[in-house]
Amino acid sequence: MSKSLNLYIGGGFATAAVLTVAANFGDRAISEMPSNPSVMTAGISNPDTLFIAAANAAPEHVGVFGIGRVALPEEISAWDMDILPDGTGLPDGEGSVLDGEELFSSYCAVCHGEFAEGVGNWPKLSGGEDTLADEDPLKTVGSYWPYLSTTFDYVRRSMPFGNAQSLTNDEVYAIVAYILYSNYLVDEDFVLNSDNFLDVDMPNSDGFIVDDRAEAEYPIWSVEPCMSDCKDSVEITMRAAVLDVTPEETRARQIQDMIDSTNPNNATSSNSSSSSSIGQTTVVTIAASTGSTDAKASVTLDADLVAAGEKVFKKCKACHQVGDGAKNRTGPQLNAIIDRTLGSVEGFKYSKTLTEMGAGGTVWNDETLAAFLANPKAYAKGTKMSFAGLKKDSDVAAVTEYLRSFSQ
Amino acid sequence: MSDSFKGPTTSRRQFLAGAASVGAGAIAAGSAKAAGDPLITEVQDWASGLGEGVDEVPYSLPIEFESDVIRRNVPWLTADPISSINFTPIHALDGTITPQGCAFERHHSGAIEMRKQDYRLMINGLVDTPLVFTYEDLVRFPRENHVYFCECAANTGMEWAGAQLNGAQFTHGMIHNMEYSGVSLRTILQEAGLDAAGDLKDKWVYVEGADASSNGRSIPMEKALDDCLVAFTANGEALRKEHGYPVRLVVPGWEGNMWIKWLRRIEVTDAPVESREETSKYTDTQEDGTSRKWTWEMDAKSVVTSPSPQSPIKHGSGPLVITGLAWSGRGAIERVDVSLDGGKNWHEARLAAPGEKMAVSRFYLDINWDGTDMLLQSRAIDDTDYVQPTKTQLRDVRGLNSIYHNNCIQTWWVKSSGEAENVEVS
Repeated sequence: MSKSLNLYIGGGFATAAVLTVAANFGDRAISEMPSNPSVMTAGISNPDTLFIAAANAAPEHVGVFGIGRVALPEEISAWDMDILPDGTGLPDGEGSVLDGEELFSSYCAVCHGEFAEGVGNWPKLSGGEDTLADEDPLKTVGSYWPYLSTTFDYVRRSMPFGNAQSLTNDEVYAIVAYILYSNYLVDEDFVLNSDNFLDVDMPNSDGFIVDDRAEAEYPIWSVEPCMSDCKDSVEITMRAAVLDVTPEETRARQIQDMIDSTNPNNATSSNSSSSSSIGQTTVVTIAASTGSTDAKASVTLDADLVAAGEKVFKKCKACHQVGDGAKNRTGPQLNAIIDRTLGSVEGFKYSKTLTEMGAGGTVWNDETLAAFLANPKAYAKGTKMSFAGLKKDSDVAAVTEYLRSFSQ
Repeated sequence: MSDSFKGPTTSRRQFLAGAASVGAGAIAAGSAKAAGDPLITEVQDWASGLGEGVDEVPYSLPIEFESDVIRRNVPWLTADPISSINFTPIHALDGTITPQGCAFERHHSGAIEMRKQDYRLMINGLVDTPLVFTYEDLVRFPRENHVYFCECAANTGMEWAGAQLNGAQFTHGMIHNMEYSGVSLRTILQEAGLDAAGDLKDKWVYVEGADASSNGRSIPMEKALDDCLVAFTANGEALRKEHGYPVRLVVPGWEGNMWIKWLRRIEVTDAPVESREETSKYTDTQEDGTSRKWTWEMDAKSVVTSPSPQSPIKHGSGPLVITGLAWSGRGAIERVDVSLDGGKNWHEARLAAPGEKMAVSRFYLDINWDGTDMLLQSRAIDDTDYVQPTKTQLRDVRGLNSIYHNNCIQTWWVKSSGEAENVEVS
């Protein structure tokens, strides 16, 4: 097929295609393209223009249609980070189990546990050996994953959760080494690098077969089915009502409903992300009902800011709960956080830093929250919160207002 | 795990709501006999006053009376909604096209917001010329329109061990069916040139997304050149954020995890990457502990969407529409049979339209219900003559350890009250 394409291109179309490329670059670089002025104008503020010089320097692209431009080597290396089972794509570097233990504790343990044993419903990364034939197999890096390349690839591209691609290659090597150690696959003094990477023996590397449904199943189930008197009797053998795990209605819209119910302009809005009062600041008074006492104090909240904060809070929800029934998860619950002493939620194991700051009398208020949320590790060195921080002041203000709505 | 989720079931509450409206209907019928239905005999507000003008809602949501027709989540399934899945309200929809706004979502790092002008698609690896496309570049390629279903491999996965969730939305709602417009993946691959790849038989195409999970999957070249689509619109409008705006990959008939959202890179390789999603997940452990990998195709499957636990019969005995959905990842639906007695006797249902390849079919069976208990089942047959198996048949081959690819026949026990429950039968 690709051969015939070449013939097609070779037969006099090449010149036309090159011209198309020139025009394509032209309309971004604002050269002679009078037929399309709106695109030309758009090009001025388009980040594309930053790359035009570099792209023009790249070899010309002919192709079938001449659409698109040649990818630059630095662009390919920035995005092409996959690692194959044979080690193709592994970067230079190394990392030890010992370094990995410290990194894992800082970046991974909040979800995966100090020993990679998993917290709550988060994935367990260790254990489960010889359980694959059991009724409830435990599938971990040690018991299930066939290739070590997958672990490196995944940690480097997708972890830590909420701050992906923030680890150096050496840190990834170290964390992978620690995960191997937590599965008793390497010793404590092991150092993983690109040279010994393929020497690591993955216990379930032979545990997979290629889909065999076409042979094992399709012939059995491709015969004309019975239409009448197919069974002697039919008995109910199991009922869902007995197990009863169907979820209750979710309360995701609770805050919005609370705002809606106090603001007649918003009465029918059911989408928290839609701006229902464009061009005006809606200030409503809400009798918050999430406090631990019976006192229903009133607090003046900016409803738009609360709604914006609810959106920002999505970044926090991976670890923190707030609202009715909020519990400590990987992070402490955040009800009544305004004016709360740092490190004071019962039953949550804080970092030494936050506990000490709390003991020193620091409380969460607009100022301390702003400093912490903008750069957690700078404000509280050693905090277990593996969150990079909110870059925009407006996001900090919004999420603070959102938390305030749960703080009376 | 299930212990902490005790409480009244959705079906119970919804049934009670349903029973209330049966009562209201009875009252209306009674008054019709006495003095005529006031909804007819008296002038109603809407027949006298005025409704909303145009532009009141520049882009509308469903009317408030349909506010229960929404996606729902099963919180105990996953650790966090940011890396989770929810379910299409198939019990309350008709026809075949799923509106984007209530079509199930599956994210690994949350639904990101990316502007079209920030979108870049790279193709690299074993191609003649590695290329970068902007969104404006993509829409200049010749375009195609197709209707395809997208089903998560885990759909019905919670039902392996037994009847668990009470509602078609929860047992079968990880599916949607939309009309896509886009450029064939073949066109993109050919634009970059495949001479460098040599023999295409053993080559692969690795595709990945732009979100923080950068979910990536390896697709055999044969499939990539066959019918995959780089799509920008669904059901006539831009993809919704949660479905991968501005560009997602469509892999017809194959498990939803491969339909990469926020598609940012296509790489031609000489081997599969064996990413997390194609080794540790989306593999199927059999009874002896070995696991099948590369189980891409979604086998033929069907479910009665109404009556069902969330859609009980409210009108008593008499004419009853039994309806549902059927689909196959290996071709078109040819026939759907429905049983009222738990699989003892079967009746051929009516397809609303002839089946289309890798698209959902709607079926109907119109009966005169005598008001007695029914054990409702449906079974799909596709154009390869594959017949949807029973749960027992699946378990006999695969055991109980699998999560994915459960395409068993579903049973709803419809009681004389009209209420329905998810059950298993002998």
